[in-house]
Amino acid sequence: MKKIEIVQNILQANESIAGQNKRLLDKHKVFAINIMSSAGAGKTSLILQTIARLKDKLNTGVIEGDVASTLDAEKVKDEATAVVQVTTRYMPENCTLIANNVSYALKNLPLEDIDLLIIENVGNLICPSEFVLGEHRRVVISSLPEGDDKPIKYPMIFADADAVVINKIDFLPYVDFDIASFQKTLRGLNPEVKIFQVSCKTGEGIEEWCSWLRGEIKASRSLVK
Amino acid sequence: MHEFGVTENIVTIALDKAREAQASKIVKINLVIGELSGFVPECIKFYFDFLSKDSITEGASLNFEVAPAKFRCRDCSAVFNPQSAPWVCPQCQSQSVEITGGRELYVKSMEVE
Repeated sequence: MKKIEIVQNILQANESIAGQNKRLLDKHKVFAINIMSSAGAGKTSLILQTIARLKDKLNTGVIEGDVASTLDAEKVKDEATAVVQVTTRYMPENCTLIANNVSYALKNLPLEDIDLLIIENVGNLICPSEFVLGEHRRVVISSLPEGDDKPIKYPMIFADADAVVINKIDFLPYVDFDIASFQKTLRGLNPEVKIFQVSCKTGEGIEEWCSWLRGEIKASRSLVK
Repeated sequence: MHEFGVTENIVTIALDKAREAQASKIVKINLVIGELSGFVPECIKFYFDFLSKDSITEGASLNFEVAPAKFRCRDCSAVFNPQSAPWVCPQCQSQSVEITGGRELYVKSMEVE
């Protein structure tokens, strides 16, 4: 019997495909965000609001990740420049998008016509935190009816986020959501994170979120020649 | 669940390293899995039995070493293993803490014949 020392990251294959995705996006000057949240927090609603605000100046492509159905793709198809649906139901990884799903979807998107790519991940706060896709920014949505303890229960996804959008802020009078406590826990795990308070229903706060996104796209373009 | 692809990667890594070492049989694979990672050892074992069939990994045992969650306080630099959420520094009670360990997932070593 012989012992072989190895020490090799098992997620390296995913990370390497994510790297290829990012190089392809950079080549076409496409800025990509990965939107993650639990089911029902408002990923599709935020995407629709975002496209509506940006569409005069920017063309947006969307990758819709869902366990089943094309409902979300149907909702965004009239607003977005292009939509690709990834249904994960029959895939070995059905609880999250992985870099390989995005690599496939990118082949079916007109990258030369797109400025912004929004990847809507599968509704889940655990599994997507393990897989990078090739995105430029990671965005997590947390909505008021879910409660303010989500960064405590799911620290990894919040620790890696570039931005956290607190959605359904119009529910504040009706739910026990302590915004200060949520922000304190979140900043404890992730001091650099951008935090937005929005309502996709009333439109409150959406402009601030979109303005940050415009700034990030602009900054990235000056980096990628 | 998302352990299928991960298990495929484990089999690929094991076969590559066994070939390099000119081994004819893989007896044991030692894996390190972080306490905070979302991967379930039982699921990996289940897929491994299926994916290792008809190869020199068939019948190999998987040994999981759990890497503990490790946090570092951003205020006083204390390193600690949190017992439960919320994550608070036991020395200065600060809630500004960085996750420094517990997210690992790697093949550490193998025993081959």
